[in-house]
Amino acid sequence: MPLIRLEDIRKTYYRGEIDVPVLRGVSLSIDRGEMVALMGASGSGKTTLMNILGCLDRPTSGQYWLDGEEMSGLSMDERAGVRNRKIGFVFQNFNLLARTSALENVLMPLSYSHEPLSDRQAHERATRLLAAVGLGDRMDHQPSQLSGGQQQRVAIARSLIHDPPLLLADEPTGNLDSHTSVETLRMFQCLNAEQGITIILVTHDAGVASYAQRSIRMRDGLIEDGADDHRVTDGVAAAGRHAGGGENR
Amino acid sequence: MRVYRILRTAVRALRRNIMRSTLTTLGIVIGCASVIAMIEIGQGSATAVRKSIESMGSNNLLIQSGTAASGGVSFGSGTILTLTPGDGEAILAECPAVDALAPLVRVRPQLVYGNRNWVPPYIYGTVPEYLDVREWNLAEGDVFSDRDVRNGSKVCVVGQTIVRELFDGQSPLGKEIRIKSVPFRVVGVLTRKGASMTGLDQDDLVLAPWTTIKYRVAGTSAQTAVQTATVAGDPSQRINTLSQLYPGSMTGLYPVPSAAQLANTPQPVRFANVDQLLARVVTEDQIPVAMRQITELLRERHRIRSGEPDDFNIRDMTEMARTMSSTTKLMSWLLLIVACISLVVGGVGIMNIMLVSVTERTREIGLRMAVGARARDILRQFLVEAIVLCLLGGIMGIVLGRLGSMVVTSLLKWPTETSIPAVVAAFLVSASVGIAFGYYPAWKASRLDPIEALRYE
Ligand SMILES: Nc1ncnc2c1ncn2[C@@H]1O[C@H](COP(=O)(O)OP(=O)(O)OP(=O)(O)O)[C@@H](O)[C@H]1O
Ligand SMILES: [Mg+2]
Repeated sequence: MPLIRLEDIRKTYYRGEIDVPVLRGVSLSIDRGEMVALMGASGSGKTTLMNILGCLDRPTSGQYWLDGEEMSGLSMDERAGVRNRKIGFVFQNFNLLARTSALENVLMPLSYSHEPLSDRQAHERATRLLAAVGLGDRMDHQPSQLSGGQQQRVAIARSLIHDPPLLLADEPTGNLDSHTSVETLRMFQCLNAEQGITIILVTHDAGVASYAQRSIRMRDGLIEDGADDHRVTDGVAAAGRHAGGGENR
Repeated sequence: MRVYRILRTAVRALRRNIMRSTLTTLGIVIGCASVIAMIEIGQGSATAVRKSIESMGSNNLLIQSGTAASGGVSFGSGTILTLTPGDGEAILAECPAVDALAPLVRVRPQLVYGNRNWVPPYIYGTVPEYLDVREWNLAEGDVFSDRDVRNGSKVCVVGQTIVRELFDGQSPLGKEIRIKSVPFRVVGVLTRKGASMTGLDQDDLVLAPWTTIKYRVAGTSAQTAVQTATVAGDPSQRINTLSQLYPGSMTGLYPVPSAAQLANTPQPVRFANVDQLLARVVTEDQIPVAMRQITELLRERHRIRSGEPDDFNIRDMTEMARTMSSTTKLMSWLLLIVACISLVVGGVGIMNIMLVSVTERTREIGLRMAVGARARDILRQFLVEAIVLCLLGGIMGIVLGRLGSMVVTSLLKWPTETSIPAVVAAFLVSASVGIAFGYYPAWKASRLDPIEALRYE
């Protein structure tokens, strides 16, 4: 069973009299443990699709199964719960809380979880994650005292605090220089390979996309290419290839 | 546990912008401080007014002898003397609403000291308890004793006006003044009490044992036909040289008792009437109860059959007291309303800043929603922030208000009174201001769309 399956997802914005169709029937599926790049020209609907995948938005029509659950019919609060448990977000502009230490930033999502950890457990976990992204000595630094790359790593640590199976990153390297971009992308690869986290990252950059195992191309609200490659090859072979691809790099 | 975390999040968010948080609470601080100060000052002055009303005798009841009437012609209140000191003792013993009582005998003769003279409105013959009834203290010396009352000693206590008029402000202790030729030794001086509600100078007063006044001063002039008391000759009266200096009035009215008569009555029977009884009621609101109890008791003691009119009447001063205290009450209410308005203004300030804060933290809200905050989590967070702000402001305001009223007391000498209900009310009001004025911004925050909020620049 794929982690993500979209079936004819449509999204139309209504601007007064005119309808603006942004997604015009997107179907795709992504397996557990894949690392996928979502590419396409500006305005092709990548962010819109990511918002739907991240349960931040609802499609106008179509079905979305995440981890075997239908998402498009869920209420706001139920979707918030899904976001909390199953999805990690990494943003282009990091979105850290200002004047708040890296540690507190990482801990923040825990205050909305349904089974809260004890303070000590939470602290341990956040410390471990920050150490894993190489910021073990910067835990009490505030965002303004960190470089862009370091801020993005804090954001990645934050997205992992709940151990989500899915990580969504909308242009995670858009605000980073090429060197820190590479660092960040390697970190994604590492997470994908070692912990089997499914990662979807949006990018314009073919170089960035080359870090992923598969690229999905969008154009004018439709998938142009790469919607579901496991239908082409059979599932077992695809899984083996993906795992191998992760190790090669 | 959860509450603690929510509070911690709120406090952290507030600390992130400590300067603005402080300025925001200022409205509440000032509002609360003024509420506390106003209530404390208001209550203080209300108490002061009540005390001064009480010192004029608002909780006193004056029981007067009834009216003599003859063939439809009334001779006015007090024309028959029906009250006895025994009535007083009975009232004190049997009326629980009365906690102090003094019989009064009134005369109005001239006072002479040296070459000065003065006529106070009344000279009261009474008992030491009179001072308790009036809640009056002595500035100097001591009050005469119960023994003085029993013996009819010629001692007196004088008011401040007497000190001024007769003694030029010098201490009159130990001096002798003459009341209708009878020399009285001054043993005490009353504190100043000022004018009464009817404008009478309350300090223009001499108090003496009622026995002395009745039998030595009044006895010569105020004997009415109804008076049935017989006065045993007192040896001290006979050697009183002054009464011999002005002969005439003392002689002839009573037959000089023979030695046999004196021997037959070793303890002179003093079945005597007094003009008035002055009773102190436990609290002001007990006055009607006390009046009823006294009426019942006196009717029984005087054997008045139902249907017959009382042979006494009772007067109280509640009307006057009510007017005075309603004025102070009105003032405190006005002050309180002004203070409440300032609290509301403070609340509007909170709302304003919270709205700005919500706009400013749109991205944060979007982020929190993205990581799983539900609308109600956001609502609660902002609401708790507003409430925490208001409560902190409230606590600071309470402290500040207390300090303020203490400063007022020490600098302006205004009376203030600590009020626990006011503190509790200020606390609750500031919390509700937080809820009332924090709700809209919090609601607005919770209605944000996460996608829009995350994109907000
Ligand atoms: N809230 C909205 N109301 C109306 N139209 C919208 C709204 N959000 C997005 N659109 C439109 O949908 C289209 C796709 O937007 P989207 O943000 O998904 O593009 P994108 O592929 O992410 O582009 P970029 O690479 O520049 O980020 C755009 O033409 C945009 O104008
Ligand atoms: Mg985009």
